[in-house]
Amino acid sequence: MNTLINGIFKRDMALAFRQRSELAQPLMFLLMVITLFPLGIGPGPVTLQKIGPGVIWIAAILSSLLAMERLFRDDFWDGSLEQYMLSGQSVAAIAAVKVLVHWLVSFLPLALFSPLLALFLNLTVDMYIALMLTLVLGTPLLSLVGAIAVGLTVGLQRGGVLLALLLIPVFIPLLIFATSAVDSAALQLPYRAQLAIIGAMLMLAMASAPFAIAYALKVSQN
Amino acid sequence: MWKWLHPYAKPERAYQLCVTLQPYFLWPGILCLVAGSIWGLAFAPQDYQQGDSFRIIYIHVPSAILSMSTYVAMAVAALVGIVWQWRTAFMAMIAMAPIGAVVTFIALFTGAAWGKPMWGTWWVWDARLTSELILLFLYLGVIALYGAFEDKQQAGKAAGVMALVGVVNVPIIHYSVEWWNTLHQGATISKFDKPSIAPEMLWPLLIALLGLALFIAAVTVMRMKNEIIRREYHRPWVKDLAARALGDDHAV
Repeated sequence: MNTLINGIFKRDMALAFRQRSELAQPLMFLLMVITLFPLGIGPGPVTLQKIGPGVIWIAAILSSLLAMERLFRDDFWDGSLEQYMLSGQSVAAIAAVKVLVHWLVSFLPLALFSPLLALFLNLTVDMYIALMLTLVLGTPLLSLVGAIAVGLTVGLQRGGVLLALLLIPVFIPLLIFATSAVDSAALQLPYRAQLAIIGAMLMLAMASAPFAIAYALKVSQN
Repeated sequence: MWKWLHPYAKPERAYQLCVTLQPYFLWPGILCLVAGSIWGLAFAPQDYQQGDSFRIIYIHVPSAILSMSTYVAMAVAALVGIVWQWRTAFMAMIAMAPIGAVVTFIALFTGAAWGKPMWGTWWVWDARLTSELILLFLYLGVIALYGAFEDKQQAGKAAGVMALVGVVNVPIIHYSVEWWNTLHQGATISKFDKPSIAPEMLWPLLIALLGLALFIAAVTVMRMKNEIIRREYHRPWVKDLAARALGDDHAV
């Protein structure tokens, strides 16, 4: 079991880092979407600070939707997903490892990238710290819940837009709590409650999502 | 204890059950809906503040309540289908999805029509309006996912997973949005200990609620019958059924 998990982890990491352009593209997209906002709304520092947290989170969700598909797509088309299902090992554990790798390669860079975004949108240091905390707690939730929908749509020819339709309504609570945490930080108010709720949602997803992903993959393999 | 339920996993028995249940849902449903609407729209007393425009409550509140309940019923059907591997449960689920979406749309539309005279605007980003809108998106997601698959058995399972993900999210969405913004008045009839609505206004509302619930059940049963026939049309029992129906037509 452990060898398998280790092997998948190393294989997926190696694959991700050998397709660097695919890793970089969502980040470039994120940066460009965020650039659009000052251009479209106006460069006033007060306005930017007001909309900043929401803009960063919305851009993060949109760019994650673009990159989400690669979570299982290649494995589905080259047949390795089928081999995982036949291996007799727990598919939930395999799915959990794949989600972990996905988070490490697509959201961790985003979190590291966020100081730049905070500068662009004129966030204060307090707001930036809150944003960082919500990103660290919230993005694994995007990966976990997103993986369920990716598992369901992986066998479809054109799953991309459908994936967005399925996931955007599900991500709304996260967006609300995350931006409200950053807004509270802007007013020097405590934001532990929001972080605690995001954490609770993350725990719930960590406990149940791997099994849902495993079932979704089984449905897709038929 | 649950043994009496198992035969209904078979499409033929489920179809028969639908045929039996349909009149019990349909006629009382229509009756209650008509009675509740006429009583509410024409005979219930005016509201002392909102005048006659409050009467849309007799359509708005039943549809708002039942849009949520239909989603929960859909998720229960999906859970039954996933746990006990019932094909008929997925058929029931997908039979309910468009009905729920329509009821949600009615709730949103009547809410907007009520908001215009009361709040002075068609739409506000208020907690309940927003969560109702998100509920509509969840319904549309389930329907879209179901439509994307060629193989309808696979489609049912996939849509079922999404319905379950949605139902976990419905309370979270509800409370998150509530926290986010609130303008809507508090619930009027869920406070069972002491309803803050006059009894002569409450009764037609309850009758309309019951009527809409029965009507939704009747349409679900009708759609489920169609769904079963569509999937099983090559089976002997469906062919027998068709032959009998055709025979009747010729007799007439």
